[in-house]
Order: sequence, then structure tokens, then C-alpha cells
Amino acid sequence: MTKLTDLTIAEALKQLGKSEISAHQLTEAHLAAMENARALNAFIVETPELAIARAKAADGHRHRGEAGPLEGIPLAIKDLFCTRGVQTTAGSKILKGFVPTYESTVTANLFRDGAVMLGKANLDEFAMGSSNMTSAYGAVESPWRRKGDNRPLVPGGSSGGSAAAVAARLAPGATGTDTGGSIRQPAAFCGIVGMKPTYGRCSRWGIVAFASSLDQAGPFARTVEDCAIMLKSMAGFDPKDSTSVDLPVPDYQAAVGRSIKGLKIGVPREYRVDGMPAEIDSLWRQGEAWLRDAGAETVEISLPHTRYALATYYIVAPAECSSNLARYDGVRYGLRVPGKDLTELYEGTRAEGFGAEVKRRILIGTYVLSAGYFDAYYIKAQKVRALIARDFEQAFQSCDLVLTPTAPSAAFAIGEKSDDPIAMYLNDVFTVPASLAGLPGISVPAGLDAAGLPLGLQLLGRPFDEETVIAGAAALEKAAAFSAVPQVMAA
Amino acid sequence: MSLDAAAVAKIARLARIRLTEEERTHLAAELSSVIGWVEQLQEVNTDGVEPLTSVVGARQRLRPDVVDHSTDREDILANAPEPISGFFGVPKVVE
Repeated sequence: MTKLTDLTIAEALKQLGKSEISAHQLTEAHLAAMENARALNAFIVETPELAIARAKAADGHRHRGEAGPLEGIPLAIKDLFCTRGVQTTAGSKILKGFVPTYESTVTANLFRDGAVMLGKANLDEFAMGSSNMTSAYGAVESPWRRKGDNRPLVPGGSSGGSAAAVAARLAPGATGTDTGGSIRQPAAFCGIVGMKPTYGRCSRWGIVAFASSLDQAGPFARTVEDCAIMLKSMAGFDPKDSTSVDLPVPDYQAAVGRSIKGLKIGVPREYRVDGMPAEIDSLWRQGEAWLRDAGAETVEISLPHTRYALATYYIVAPAECSSNLARYDGVRYGLRVPGKDLTELYEGTRAEGFGAEVKRRILIGTYVLSAGYFDAYYIKAQKVRALIARDFEQAFQSCDLVLTPTAPSAAFAIGEKSDDPIAMYLNDVFTVPASLAGLPGISVPAGLDAAGLPLGLQLLGRPFDEETVIAGAAALEKAAAFSAVPQVMAA
Repeated sequence: MSLDAAAVAKIARLARIRLTEEERTHLAAELSSVIGWVEQLQEVNTDGVEPLTSVVGARQRLRPDVVDHSTDREDILANAPEPISGFFGVPKVVE
């Protein structure tokens, strides 16, 4: 019999449905795995009592024939989602001890459907980072190691705890958020599937805001089908988010296994960047071949403004972050450092409460929004953003999906890239353009590099066409047959 | 574009973040390098391009003008660092 922690969500639902296992057993197995893997630091808070109580309730629902679509499935929740009665920190010292009195829409949807929360997953502070090293609660370690090298590696970020937890079998699925690649890049680094739906598909209500025009919630799991199952529960119109889109949520699971025969897969020539490792380039070509074997046609496309996407992102995202994070002032919630007047209180609180990367981004954002620079930086970036979005619109006239690598490298060691902010920002070179255009994207584990580390391939789709993205991803997944497991696995 | 420590001090004041002198010097170099890097956007021709403010369309939804939801004072103050008689406490702002 498969170990309970090795079950996918789809398998677990099947076994729960046949009463072969109980939600209580499934949750206990994952709680035990979490306890054994604390060295990874994947969770900021574990919620075992709550999890057991909810799992028992889930067993009750199922017994009474009232099982929801995720009834009894344990999940890790990124600590950016507000959870009623459970500390929510966004990985920041400034929110230490903050216990929301409300529930984010996405987690409420998951719990409505029967999901069981295992704990709050670690992340880069305010989701700002690509390594999970900016968390005020310590870095997360990837469960993977390079062959013959025991140095701890980063899980990617910002949703690093979520990705590490799913890869290490501490949870079969997890929530993440993606602003510039924060789901897709850690999924690639950890050898799992991560999906960012179209901007507007999942409500942002109750998710701690970073860059509101970019932030979008999405699932992590070990299979495309599991991501589809989770997304169905997470997505949906929410009047409490003015950018939530009022469209019916399709049955994403039904798109898994749908034929991709005749689909046109665009391969953007501008993504063949200088210095890209040969093994990533060859995996990308392999991905094209896999999709052709499944009946799709690959076509070269051009996204001419790709090279400006990162610079655009690093104006737009800090600008929005500087205004969103203005709310942390020590008055209404979170940390307060006393001062003799209000200004001293604000300045002391924010100096003490924010980490270096968050301060850097707030300052960049403040600068590009300040009088005299607003047009030259912020408005200019929004115009280039329009051109980047237009590139995709035009490309999607001649293709149905876009195939790229997810990241320009495999996971790096903790501390390897932290001195140079721009080198760190380059991690997101392949994920940021679709974020700026609001498009759905998915990362699928597709192979290992020479050091034995996972590499991901990314598929992007048209707005609100997550189904085609899922169909394509399932075809890639089937062809890649990725079966490697991390070296540091839960006992 | 390069930023000196005085410019950083001014931005930090606008952002209400206190910095040490050492941080100001360090950040001046870091911010200059990031700002220098994003300046590559100036080479893009954006004549006649409207700035993109929202990828989902800019039309705002309206809701009926009725009272539908309110939050308890207790909930609002639950995380306040210094609640005083049902209000947020702050240092004295009027003499």
C-alpha cells in the first residue's frame, strides 16, 4: 500500500470515498511528516489541533453523505492568506502576533469544500523574493540536494514553504501567490506543479497585498490533475474584490487528458537568453518534441518587448508595494515601536518591522512615485507594460499556448546570490512577462540537471483559458514522466 | 541616475522609515544600481501608447446603495497595539 503521505489529492479522494482511509489518518500522517521535517522550516505555524478537529469533522461529513469536493484533504496555506484565529505574518516581523478576525476568500472556499489546514507555510517577507531567504522567520530549505553536495539549497520563492512542503510530502497540496513568478519558480525548483491562474480568477480579498495589479493566488501539488482540483475550489467571483472577474468556473479536472491534437504551441525566440544553461535549452527543445508527439504543432513566435519585462516589473511592483505597505504604521495592528510623536512612532515601527528587501522595494517605489519622477518611471513602465501585454495578444493570434523554461537555472544554494539584488531579480525573467500581462501559467517538472536538481517547463495561455493550459500541462507531464523524489524526504 | 545618501534620506522620510547613516550609504549604492538598471526603459518607443493600469478592464462594478456589512468594533481593535476606550491610541497630536 502506498504511504499516506505519497498519495496525490486525486488518489486520496478516491480512497476517502471508498472509506479505505479516513481524513483523520491522512491528516495525522502529514502532521507526523511535518514534525519530522522541521529542519526545512517550511511552516511558520503548525496547526495540528485545528487540523485534527477539521479532519474529524470531514470524516463526519463524508459519513453523512455531505462530502465536499476536497473533503478531508490536508493542505499547507501560504502565510499570506488571512486565516481567522490563526496568526498571519506575511513572513514579516511587523505582523508578528497578528491574528486575523476574518478569513480570506480563497481559504474560505477551500474550507467550504472540505479542505483541512495543516499550518501556515513560510514565505519571503511580504512575498518579495525568489529564494525564501527574506522571511523574518528564517530561510526555508529545499528538500533537494545536489549530487555529492550537502549544502542546503533554496526552495525558490516567494512561496518557498508551500513548494518545499509539497515536494517533501508534508502536504499533498498547498496554496501560493504569484506576483512575478512566486508560484511557478518555486514549483520548478522543487520538482512539483504550480499554477498561476489568470489575474482576476481567484479573489485577492484577505490576501496580504504586495502589488495589487499583479498578485494572484494559485495551487501547488505534485500533479497537474491535483492543481486542477484545487483551482476549481479556490477560484470564483467575489464581490469583495473589485478586480475579481464574474465568469463561471469550469471543471478544470475535465481538461486533464483532453487531447492537444492540433493545438499550436508558440515558442518565443526572445526567451533564448544569453547565458542560459545548455541543459535548460535542451529540455525546452525536448518539451517542444513531447508536445509535437502528442499531436500539437510548434510555431516560433516573437514577444519583442520581453527584454524590458523585468525592468518594468521592478518599477510597477515596488510602486504598488510602497503604497500597499503604507498601512503598516504601528497604529491599528502589528508591531508598534513607541515614539514621542506620530512621525517617530511610524519611522521607528517601520525601521524595526521591515526587513532589508522590503525596505529596498518600498524606497524604490517611493522614489519612482515621487514628484518629478512619476512620469519618467511609473507612467513609462505602465506604457511598456501595455506593449508587453500587446505582444502576447498578438502572439495568441497564431498560437494557443506558449512554451518556455520556468526559470533560467535550477535551485541555487542558500546565500549564493544574495549580495546582488539584480542577479536575484533575474530568476523571474521567464515568469514576469505573463504576470505583467495577467495571463495564466503553469510550471511542470520536466527533468533533472546534471547535479540531479529538478527543472521545470512553463506553459502560458490566453486570459481565462486555464483549461487549455491544464490540457497542455497534462500532456507535458505524461511525456516527461518525472518521478524523481527529493533526497531529504519525510521519514 | 545616481542617488546619494541625502537623496536616500529624503525618500526614506517620505516612506516613514528611519535609517541609520550606514544604511543610507549602503542603500544609496543599491538603489542607484537598481534605478540605473530600470532606466533601460527609456529606450523603448512608447509614443501613443496608453499606460496599462489594469489587465481586467477599468470599469468599476457598482453595488446597490444599501447597508450590507459592518465589522464589530471589537474585531477591529482585536489586534491594536494600544486600544484606549474603544479607540486606537496614538501619541498626543494636539496641544
